[in-house]
Amino acid sequence: MGRYLIRRTLFMILVLFIVSLITFIIFVKLPASDPARRAAGKQTTPENIAAARHAFGLDKPVYIQYARFAKGLIPWPGLFLNEDVYYSYTNFVPVKEEIFSRLPVTIALAVGAAVTWLLIGIPIGIISAVKRGSVMDRASMVFALIGVSAPVFWLAYLFLYIFWFKLGWAPPSGIPIGESVIEAVLQGRFILPWIVLSLTFAAFYARMVRGNLIETMNEDYIRTARAKGLSEKRVIYRHGLRGALTPVVTMFGLDLATLLGGAFITETVFNLPGIGQFGVRAIFLNDFPSVMGVTLFGAFFIALANLLVDVAYAFLDPRVRYT
Amino acid sequence: MTEPLIEVKDLTVHFPTDDGIVKAVDGVSFSLLPGETLGVVGESGSGKSVSFLTVMGLINTQHAQISGEILFQGQDLLTLPPDEMRTVRGEKISMIFQDPMSSLHPYYKVGSQIAEAVRVHQKVSKGEAHEQAVEMLRRVGIPRPDERADQYPHEFSGGMRQRAMIAMALSLNPDLLIADEPTTALDVTVQAQILDLLDRLKQEFNASIVIVTHDLGVVAEHCDHIQVMYAGKIVEAGDRRDIYYGAHHPYTWGLLSSIPRLDEDAAKERLNPIRGLPPSLIFVPPGCAFHPRCPYVFDKCRTDVPELLPSDGHHASRCHLSLADKERIFHEEVMART
Repeated sequence: MGRYLIRRTLFMILVLFIVSLITFIIFVKLPASDPARRAAGKQTTPENIAAARHAFGLDKPVYIQYARFAKGLIPWPGLFLNEDVYYSYTNFVPVKEEIFSRLPVTIALAVGAAVTWLLIGIPIGIISAVKRGSVMDRASMVFALIGVSAPVFWLAYLFLYIFWFKLGWAPPSGIPIGESVIEAVLQGRFILPWIVLSLTFAAFYARMVRGNLIETMNEDYIRTARAKGLSEKRVIYRHGLRGALTPVVTMFGLDLATLLGGAFITETVFNLPGIGQFGVRAIFLNDFPSVMGVTLFGAFFIALANLLVDVAYAFLDPRVRYT
Repeated sequence: MTEPLIEVKDLTVHFPTDDGIVKAVDGVSFSLLPGETLGVVGESGSGKSVSFLTVMGLINTQHAQISGEILFQGQDLLTLPPDEMRTVRGEKISMIFQDPMSSLHPYYKVGSQIAEAVRVHQKVSKGEAHEQAVEMLRRVGIPRPDERADQYPHEFSGGMRQRAMIAMALSLNPDLLIADEPTTALDVTVQAQILDLLDRLKQEFNASIVIVTHDLGVVAEHCDHIQVMYAGKIVEAGDRRDIYYGAHHPYTWGLLSSIPRLDEDAAKERLNPIRGLPPSLIFVPPGCAFHPRCPYVFDKCRTDVPELLPSDGHHASRCHLSLADKERIFHEEVMART
């Protein structure tokens, strides 16, 4: 197990460096506009541009430029997203500060949505699998189809229009300045974002749980469980679900991690000041250090979740052993 | 006279499908006395497994049309409400399956799977159920049972898993144990061990056993009665001696001839398979279902369905050949081949 963890961690670092290299190439070698020129302003002199370029370190050879950014990826205090490189080219705020101040919003959104989609998706999946072919099953699968196909931005505006604008049941989008995340949660400002963000996932999870459970219920060991004289409830919940939900854990870990890196569309549409919204803004402004910071922050969560999920598997499935 | 433990009367199990009705079991009747062992032999698709899954109540009644009677200790299992059937299942009748690899839950420890069966039917504490599980593992010949009980199925070999399945099936001291192809998935040496184990446990637990198999060789030493099934019907039934020393049905002859021999002459010979394939259970051939594959077929076989007619008190076969012909062919041709 120890050796496995070390190997996986090294692999994770490699992945993060590859991600950083790709991001670097896209935003520095294929720039949409020159950040130094933008920073120097509209009425400027070549000297000012050169000064800005020097300040950003963009006058150095490419490998040194990359090395300066790469240093900021080392998870060590003082080095991690170090402020002499990782600051916004547009407002000069350190990227670390931006990300960590926005993290609570993203966490509140992602965790709330995750709980919601599990609470919706798993029961629906179980019921449709058990009552396969029933009206309930068909209705659930229509819901799943709609949920999977409806784009989040469209659902978001539709929900805002209906539940805030027309009915007035939900508060408007955004979080007022000065209101903490906890206050915003208590004010119900996250309810619509949670529902919208979770619908796609809930639909997907419902289909996955249904498929897995139907498959598991055809296993020989389910027949054995019935042959023992167990009640059908116990057969489904203790023997069927145990096998059917294990793959769901994998999916869940990765999905949650993806959202913790920023729910780009949902945060933007609902005007939530999270990491995703920051990322979108940074991309539009070609603000390279911010893009790099957000990308790697997200990549870090996903790589970590991958590792955690694989380790969790050893506890969920006794057949899995790591060496 | 002793009451039969189980008496099946005219059992029919049909599965309606889009292609037509699959007549998996088509009018099967038999009975079994307490303490006896019955061998049920037939190819895949002969209806042998489905018959006994029906006895266990493990056929989904939504997808099957079941008729007839299954009298177990005088009670018709087919009319029993699901809750009562559940108490019969596991406690009075239990079953082990063909593939011990997939029949145990991969995520639970072997001991707890056995203990679960105990706890469903008896009011005992977790600890007591666990002790019973360990004791059962010991009785089926698993070494170091207390350690083994805390292991997962994947840590067991195939033979050990089947032993664990048997331990689970016998943990409630059932009156009837149905073993559905218990040795098919196992190595030959392990097969013999498992069958000997079943023999020994039958004495210890005083249970009746049904061994469902496609291999006549398997049931030879272990069964009091044998019934041969083909296309959902019993084509021959009799005592062990009736079948091995005086079989009356061409299909049984085919099964006997296809048992490999180990003596010197046989080494030069090829196996004698039964030609052709088992029939579709949707379009069962008219007349005798075996007639397209039967080397002794004559006109009547193609049109008239033969009855299962007894030749004496314990031996019956479903074939149009005269008794004299059956005996002559068996002794002149079949004995020569086996």
